[in-house]
Amino acid sequence: MAEPLLELRNLTTVFPMRRGAVNAVSGVNLRVQPGEILGIVGESGCGKSSVLLSILRLIRQPGHIAAGNIFFKGRDLRRLPQKKMRAIRGNEISMIFQDPLSTLNPVFPVGEQIREAMRLHGIANASPLPWPLAGRRSHEKQRVLDVMAEVGIPAPEARYRAYPHEFSGGMQQRALIAIALVCEPTLLLADEPTTALDVTIQAQIMEVMRRVNREHGAGIILVTHNLGLAAEFCDNIAVMYAGRIVERGPAQQVVDNPQHPYTRGLLACLPQISRQRSRIDPIPGEVPDLAGLPPGCAFIPRCSLARDACNSVDLRLRSLQANQYARCILYEDGVRYTVEEFS
Amino acid sequence: MRAIKILERILYAIPIILGVAVVVFVFVRLTPGDPVDIMMGQGGAISSGEIEQLRAEFHLDEPITNQLWYFLRDAARGDLGYSYILKQPVTVIIADRLPATIELAAGALFLALLIAFPIGIISAVRQNSILDRLSMSFAFLGISMPGFWLGIVLILIFAVALRWLPVQGRLDPQITLQQITGFYVVDSIITANGPALWSSIRHLLLPSITLGAAVAAIVARVLRSSMLEVLRSDYVQLARAKGASESLVVVKHALRNALIPTVTVVGLQVGVLLGGNMIIETVFGWPGLGRLVVDAIFNRDFPLIQGAVMVYALTYILANLVVDVLYTYLNPRIAL
Repeated sequence: MAEPLLELRNLTTVFPMRRGAVNAVSGVNLRVQPGEILGIVGESGCGKSSVLLSILRLIRQPGHIAAGNIFFKGRDLRRLPQKKMRAIRGNEISMIFQDPLSTLNPVFPVGEQIREAMRLHGIANASPLPWPLAGRRSHEKQRVLDVMAEVGIPAPEARYRAYPHEFSGGMQQRALIAIALVCEPTLLLADEPTTALDVTIQAQIMEVMRRVNREHGAGIILVTHNLGLAAEFCDNIAVMYAGRIVERGPAQQVVDNPQHPYTRGLLACLPQISRQRSRIDPIPGEVPDLAGLPPGCAFIPRCSLARDACNSVDLRLRSLQANQYARCILYEDGVRYTVEEFS
Repeated sequence: MRAIKILERILYAIPIILGVAVVVFVFVRLTPGDPVDIMMGQGGAISSGEIEQLRAEFHLDEPITNQLWYFLRDAARGDLGYSYILKQPVTVIIADRLPATIELAAGALFLALLIAFPIGIISAVRQNSILDRLSMSFAFLGISMPGFWLGIVLILIFAVALRWLPVQGRLDPQITLQQITGFYVVDSIITANGPALWSSIRHLLLPSITLGAAVAAIVARVLRSSMLEVLRSDYVQLARAKGASESLVVVKHALRNALIPTVTVVGLQVGVLLGGNMIIETVFGWPGLGRLVVDAIFNRDFPLIQGAVMVYALTYILANLVVDVLYTYLNPRIAL
C-alpha cells in the first residue's frame, strides 16, 4: 500500500472542564490515501470537528492534543514547530468551515480574503517576468478570479470587491471553498460544509467539492452528521460516537451492511423518499456528556442490544469482513481477527 | 456619494443646534439671579435709571420671546452677542479660549489611546495573565479616581516634589510664542520654536494624564472585551487555518473588527473630554473654555453661557459625525 496522505494514530484531544476532563477525541486511528474521500459521521458533540481541528493543531485553549500522532506525508504534525505548521495550514491542508457567514471576515472584501491565503504562502509568483514588470499584484488577482470562477462564483471580477454580507449563503460557502483551494492543497478538511445551506445549494457545493477531488486529486475528509450524504459522496466512512470511532469501512459496505447498533440507528433515522410513509426510527436518548464517561461502551444507555457485559469490557475495533470494523460487544466473541490495525 | 451623505448629515445637525439654542436660552433665563443685579453688586451705588438703561441695552426689559428672536437672528449671522461682564463679543472670547480646551482634550485623547490600545489588546490576547489582571485593576482605578484628586496628586508628585513638570498654565512665562492657530504645540511647530514646543508639551502632560486617565481606562476595558469576543469568532479561526501568524491574526483580523465598538466609545468620550474638564482646567490653571463657563454661570452672563453651550453642542455633534463617518470605513455593513 502506498504511503497514506494522512494517518492518525491514537489521536486523543482533551478539553479540561470544570466538571472534569472531556476527551473530545479519544484514541482515534484513521488513514486517508491521496485522493481519497473519507467521511466522518456522527451527531453534534461526538468529536468529529475536533478531529479536524486537531489535524491543523487549532484546538482552542485550554483544549489540547494529549496523545497520539498526526502523520501527514510522513511527517508528524504534532512535533512540528509553529512556523512550519503555519506553512502547512491553508497551503497543503486547508479547511472549509461550517457557517460561511460567520467564518468570512465581515470587514474585508471577499476577493482580498481569498488573495490573503495565497499571499501568506507566497504562491502565484509564477509570472515569467520579474516583479516590477509583470506586476505581481495583477498576477495574484488573476489567480483569485480564476479560483472564484472555478468554484462557481459568477462574475468574479464584479464580486472581487464585494463584502461577505453582500453574498448569498451559497456564494459565501463557495468563497470559503475558494479560500481553501487557492493554494491547491493536497488535503481538504470540510466541516459540515453544506449544513447551513439550502438543499439545492448543498448539491451544488458537493459537486464543486467532487470536482476538486477529481481534478486536483486532493484528499478530502468530510465531516457531516448526514450519513446519507457521506454514503453518496465518500469512499470510506468512519462513524464516531462519544469521541471514538465505533465503525469504519467502505461507504457502500457500511450503509448496506451496518455492523454497529449506532450505525444502524443512524441509518434508521434517514428519511427516505422512495418508500411511502416509511417509518423513521429515532435513536432514543441524547449524546452523553463526555466528562466523566464510565468505562465500557458509551452507547449503552441508547442501545437496544445492551447487556451487562457492555459495562466492563474494554471494546476494540474488530474486523468482521474485508476492511469493515466495528467496536461492539457483539463482535468480541468468536471473531476472526482483532484490529486496531495501526497500533 | 459619501460626500453628499456627509453634507446631508451636516444639514440634519441644523435643527438640532436650533433646538439646543432655544432650550439653553430658556433655561438660562429660568435660573434665579439677575445679571444686572450681580453686575451692580460689583459696581457700588448706582441709580435705578442706570439699571434700567443697562436692562434696555441688553434687551432684558423686553418679553422673552423678543429676546429669543434677537438671539437667534444674530446667531444666524454668526453673532453670539456681547458678554455682560467682559464687554467683548462672545465669539471673540470663545475663539480665544477654545483652542486651549481642544488642545488639552486632544492631548488627553492621544495619551489615553496610546495607553489603552496596547493594554486592551495584550490583556485580551493574554487573558487572565498577571498583566491582564494588573492592567484591569489599574483601569478600575482610573475610572474610580476623581479627576481633581488625581490632578492634585500628580502635581504634588511630579511638579512639587520631583520638580520635573510645571504646576500650571500652558507655557513658561519667559518664552514668547507667536500665536497663529491658538494651539501652542502646533504654533511652535509652525514657527519652528523649539523651546516653546518643549515647554508647551511639558505643560500639557499632567493635565492630559489627569483628564485622559478615565478615558484610557474605559477604552482599554471596551477594547479588551471586544477583542476577547472577536478572538473567539470563526473568522479568526479561519485566518489561523489559512496559515496567518498569531500577530497578523490579532492585528489585522481581530483588531479591525474590535475597533468597531471601540470607536463608538471613543467618540462618546471626546464629548466628555471637551465638556467635562471644568474642574481639571481649574486645578491646572488652564485658560480654556471650561473655567470661562463656570465664571459665566456665576455671573449670569447669559450671552456667554449660551455661546459656550452652543460650542459644546457643536463639537459634540461634530465628534458624532466623525465617528459615524469613520464607522462606514470600519464596518462595510453600515452605510451613512
